[in-house]
Amino acid sequence: MSETVAPAAGGSLSPVAPAADPASPGSAGGGDGDVREQVVSLYQKQRKIYPRAVSGWFAGWRWALVWATQLLFYGLPWLEWNARQAVLFDLGARRFYIFGLVLYPQDFIYLTGLLIVSAYALFLFTAVAGRLWCGYACPQTVYTEIFMWVERHLEGDRNRRMKLDAGPWTLEKLARKGGKQVIWVALGLWTGFTFVGYFTPIKQLGAAVMSFGLGPWETFWTLFYGFATYGNAGYMREQVCKYMCPYARFQSAMFDRDTLIISYDAERGEPRGTRGRKTDLKAANLGHCIDCGLCVEVCPTGIDIRKGLQYECIGCAACVDVCNGVMDKMNYPRGLVRYDTLNGMQKHLSRGQEFKRVLRPRVVIYTSILGVIVLALGVSIAMRSPFKVDVVRDRGTLARIVEDGWVENVYRLQVMNTTESVQRYRIAVAGLASMATDLKSEVAVEPAQARWVVVAVRVPPDVASQAGPGSHKMEFIIERLGIAGQAQSSYTLVEKSTFLVPR
Amino acid sequence: MSDFVNSGWGIFVAATTIVGLIACIALLIIASKRRVMADDNTTGHVWDEDLRELNNPLPRWWMWLFVITVVFSAVYLAFYPGLGSFSGTLKWTSQGQFEAEQARATAALAPVYAKYKDMPAEQLVADAQAMAIGERLYLNNCAQCHGSDARGSKGFPNLTLPAESRLATETADQIKAVILQGRAGNMPPMAAAVGSAEDVRNVANYVLSLSGSAHNSVAAQLGKEKFAACAACHGPEGKGNKAIGAPNLTDKHWLYGWGEQAIIEAITNGRAGVMPAQGKLLTPEQVHVLSAYVWNLSRATKVASK
Repeated sequence: MSETVAPAAGGSLSPVAPAADPASPGSAGGGDGDVREQVVSLYQKQRKIYPRAVSGWFAGWRWALVWATQLLFYGLPWLEWNARQAVLFDLGARRFYIFGLVLYPQDFIYLTGLLIVSAYALFLFTAVAGRLWCGYACPQTVYTEIFMWVERHLEGDRNRRMKLDAGPWTLEKLARKGGKQVIWVALGLWTGFTFVGYFTPIKQLGAAVMSFGLGPWETFWTLFYGFATYGNAGYMREQVCKYMCPYARFQSAMFDRDTLIISYDAERGEPRGTRGRKTDLKAANLGHCIDCGLCVEVCPTGIDIRKGLQYECIGCAACVDVCNGVMDKMNYPRGLVRYDTLNGMQKHLSRGQEFKRVLRPRVVIYTSILGVIVLALGVSIAMRSPFKVDVVRDRGTLARIVEDGWVENVYRLQVMNTTESVQRYRIAVAGLASMATDLKSEVAVEPAQARWVVVAVRVPPDVASQAGPGSHKMEFIIERLGIAGQAQSSYTLVEKSTFLVPR
Repeated sequence: MSDFVNSGWGIFVAATTIVGLIACIALLIIASKRRVMADDNTTGHVWDEDLRELNNPLPRWWMWLFVITVVFSAVYLAFYPGLGSFSGTLKWTSQGQFEAEQARATAALAPVYAKYKDMPAEQLVADAQAMAIGERLYLNNCAQCHGSDARGSKGFPNLTLPAESRLATETADQIKAVILQGRAGNMPPMAAAVGSAEDVRNVANYVLSLSGSAHNSVAAQLGKEKFAACAACHGPEGKGNKAIGAPNLTDKHWLYGWGEQAIIEAITNGRAGVMPAQGKLLTPEQVHVLSAYVWNLSRATKVASK
């Protein structure tokens, strides 16, 4: 543990310090060094956090990602492709359309691939620069940012919101709070609607909403997802990160001493204290921290970054932005609170030296595994077969002897067309000599449909007796026929199976 | 609970459940307070030299979620079975739910079957939807024995044979009767009437020769006169007798497999085939559509062979 998360620069701080909580009983005691005990409740009423608005370089990045992710999320279901919704997960028909791709439930391996890529990307980003995902792109952060923007425009910034909450219920308070609720609920419902629009064609869904004809499950999921958005972004906020989110907890296990984290330069900042702009720091024995408390006020999880790395810190860099503004006003250099590594801070490494340390074994391993998986996934999707065949031996008939002693086995072939045009397939068999099927014609399968084809395969009696009783390897050779006009070449798939000769 | 016949077990389970629920709440109350160092909100525990355990309280709403789960359990146990042998105030059972679902499904399907109820088989076979329903019914209820391609296997009749090669199932009505009531096919052991093992082998070869299958012609010649024992049912020419369920031996359809060995087995041990009655498993409307579908299988063969 001390290897992954070392004590912060302050020295007196524990590796994972608590959030400073002036209201908690612990800090009320006032220590004279004696070990005094007291009994406290394990459960505590949550203190509401009023984060102050912040602007700056990193806040700009966050808003850029809010726009990018939300344009994608809200916009994608409205795109058209091949006269259908471009991205549609049709659970009822079990077909998953992603632009040109038509995926079957059998393609779930790609989802596994996507999840592994996401996981390794998270490992990699976290090892290099801490909780980047949490601070900029996580839906919890993104929606909280949007909901707080609404809140700020109706109820004002931190101080006005606190005053409004403390004050009596006036008509103005009612109007401001009511307006906020209306917009929040609308945002939540729109998010829920969009979410369901990935599973039910969104234009039909829109028409159903207009005519009050939404099905029970669509209604449920729209409301459920809408409520989750509203509740998580409006009320739960930092508590989701602190108490619910597993990633928040295990990301700290991926930190090391060369990970960029939001750091307070205590050496430079301490001793902190108020001062005038022209005060001589040496004479007054002051560091650069003017103890304005803005870094605490802007923090969405309500912690004081000057206490060092804490598990609540989601790495949003709001304190970096606000502190840089203060430093500018004081004519001090920026970066009293900044992205820095523990090693960099302690050993006074230059940016160049820190950059060299990025290429450490853990990062190289993460990157190469990520690269290999991305490559494998890409190649696998690019070389995907345009159809699939599942061979199922008939459950009713293992093997039978028909006229003149021919041995017959029955198979059911599920031919799955993963293209969006009608396809014709020719089915042949190989394995034992003179093996033949009873199929007289080619099999046609409708676009993006699957069809069961019953095939009886037979061999003559002499071949069967020569092969002997038992199971024999054989294969189905399924050829998708080319279409000359549409420049579609033929494609052959071989599926293994067995042929049984009875005793 | 069938292994726990003593009613004391029910009481034991119920008591354990209730004590468990109460213990959950008690644990919550007892453990909700803890000692911390007054100065720094730590518990006083230190590991690895500088790793101190802090008291970071859970949010209170989290505690209420726990309480809700206990309350939910109590309400659930009042409504549903779970508290020992108490069956719950709703009297829910899995079998009752299954039957209710089945009744609902039957009711929902009734309008679909309504239009087929009075349609004769000749008309049903021309109706694509009826045949699609028939196919589903066949695959779900019949394919286990008769195979996905309906051509059966050893001991299970081939349903695609033309009408003239079928016993007791030439018309859709006969098929319906077999589905509803089942059917038994019997051939007594005939070895004693035929003679020695050698005689039986000769008769088997003669039977093979009737259909023009590969056989030992010397043995067949010897077996011809012994066939008299079989002729009582199968007829002197082996063409069978549908009235008593004796199959035609001159065609190439072998219910119990082709070959000398299979025929020797039939003569020596007899045959007893049973088709179980399906009347209780399907509704009359389903059987009506299904019998038309099965009837159509043999008609399709005839058309294809033309």
